[in-house]
Amino acid sequence: MIKKRNIIGALVVGITGMASFAVVASIVVIMVNIIAGGMDTFSISFLTESPKEGMTEGGIYPAIIGTFLRVIIMTLVGVPIGAVTAVYLSEYASSKSKFAQMIRFAVNTLAGVPAIVFGLFGLGFFVQFVGQGMDYALEGGSGLRWAQPNLLWASLTMALLTLPVVIVSVEEAIRAVPRELREASLALGGTKWQTIRKVVIPNSFTGVLTGGILAISRGAGEVAPILFTGAAYFLPHLPASLSDQFMELGYHIYIMATQSADVEATSGIQYATTMVLLFCTFSLNFIAVVLRYKMRKKMH
Amino acid sequence: MENGQIRIQVKSLNLWYGEKQALENISLDILTNQVTALIGPSGCGKSTFLRALNRMNDLIENVRTEGEVLFEGINIYDKSVDAVELRKKVGMIFQKSNPFPKSIYENVAYGPKIYGIRDKKSLDEIVEKSLRQAALWDEVKDDLSKSGLSISGGQQQRLCIARALAVDPEVILMDEPASALDPIATSKIEELIFELKKQYTIVIVTHNMQQAARVSDYTAFFYMGELVEYDITRKIFTTPSIKHTEEYVTGRFG
Repeated sequence: MIKKRNIIGALVVGITGMASFAVVASIVVIMVNIIAGGMDTFSISFLTESPKEGMTEGGIYPAIIGTFLRVIIMTLVGVPIGAVTAVYLSEYASSKSKFAQMIRFAVNTLAGVPAIVFGLFGLGFFVQFVGQGMDYALEGGSGLRWAQPNLLWASLTMALLTLPVVIVSVEEAIRAVPRELREASLALGGTKWQTIRKVVIPNSFTGVLTGGILAISRGAGEVAPILFTGAAYFLPHLPASLSDQFMELGYHIYIMATQSADVEATSGIQYATTMVLLFCTFSLNFIAVVLRYKMRKKMH
Repeated sequence: MENGQIRIQVKSLNLWYGEKQALENISLDILTNQVTALIGPSGCGKSTFLRALNRMNDLIENVRTEGEVLFEGINIYDKSVDAVELRKKVGMIFQKSNPFPKSIYENVAYGPKIYGIRDKKSLDEIVEKSLRQAALWDEVKDDLSKSGLSISGGQQQRLCIARALAVDPEVILMDEPASALDPIATSKIEELIFELKKQYTIVIVTHNMQQAARVSDYTAFFYMGELVEYDITRKIFTTPSIKHTEEYVTGRFG
């Protein structure tokens, strides 16, 4: 009997250990592979130069800028909307309210929609519907300015994609604010809004920040939603307005790997670009982890 | 019952959590500048009753209240009464001390600030006065910028009392304010209650019979959501008129 129990115990330790090891090992293998493949191509000028020689040489500067702009606009739109929704859901909506249940259902569904569907939606809704409407309204339908993929539509599509991440993490942060603190404020004659503004939001601020960062890092790594809504193969200029197309890191990797004139010759660029993209998302995730840790520490 | 000025008059108060009735037909007068203790076994409704006096139960979903709680001649459950206004006058101290994660100064100034007092000098005065009233000033006057969470548990509870006093209430509701404190900190709170009743009307929920006997003038014994007996504390603890009360205060059940 004792022996059998020992064997089962050892098996459980072995299997769970192996599984954990597999996770860590695959990250290490991927990282080593990417760094090994991209190290030779990577340099400071790789970050500051435009692609040259039909994109077989040069750097990825425009793609970095494009990614940066896209992420900023996405954040400016998505985080406020998501945060306000989260405040509504956790503070104002009664748990039995049909409307709140509908929002939650929509958020969950949104989280499960494949990224490429967001891309198609962005094309159909933003580019062809809103864009065309704007062209009619602004230029009488003669010009073609907004009814084509651009920075704004890509960023808005991306904001939509990251909305569930923001809502869920902000709501979690708000719920983590102890009930005692809310009651303290209300018992002093604070109104609900004063309590939210002066107690709930300040005490969940790191959580809101974490949510924002997680959303950014999720969004920064996605390519599918911008395929049809704004990313360009190659552009000689940086985007100068919201109605311009833009180059983007993830998309750059995709086209270099599938549509480059010489896929073999550009493998160094592909690896180095991946390295840059991963470095960005990893650092964002790292910041989010640190903030979350600080928040937990402050609460207890 | 001795005659005194009535501060809060409760008339046939009933309260339900969903389908479950938590308070049954409670009527009781709370007298001005007296300490009224609410005692009874866990789940008897004493905390629910306390929270009914400043409508803190409003914050819980599915709570239904019937009957009247008259404060300054007005039923606080009347549709026209703003719970926020009510809570300015009927403050509350909780079982677990709950200072905001802000400085000691900001904790006390929180209430006055949300009522729109911006002037630094007035705020300074209110903070000092409230901390003095809560017998905390001498211990913290040099560290007003320290976090309210950095002081001891007993000090935190007195900070919460100072915070409640800063908005100049008339009634202070205390929900087992010393249950998480050591005996020394507890006796400080009790001394404080003794001082505070000169200016305020105090209602205190306690599990501690000796505490009820020591600090209160009147005692109400609750059992299973009903008010069993309400009288002068001395009488409740020496010659209660109901057998059930006697059994509880002498520790034979509860």
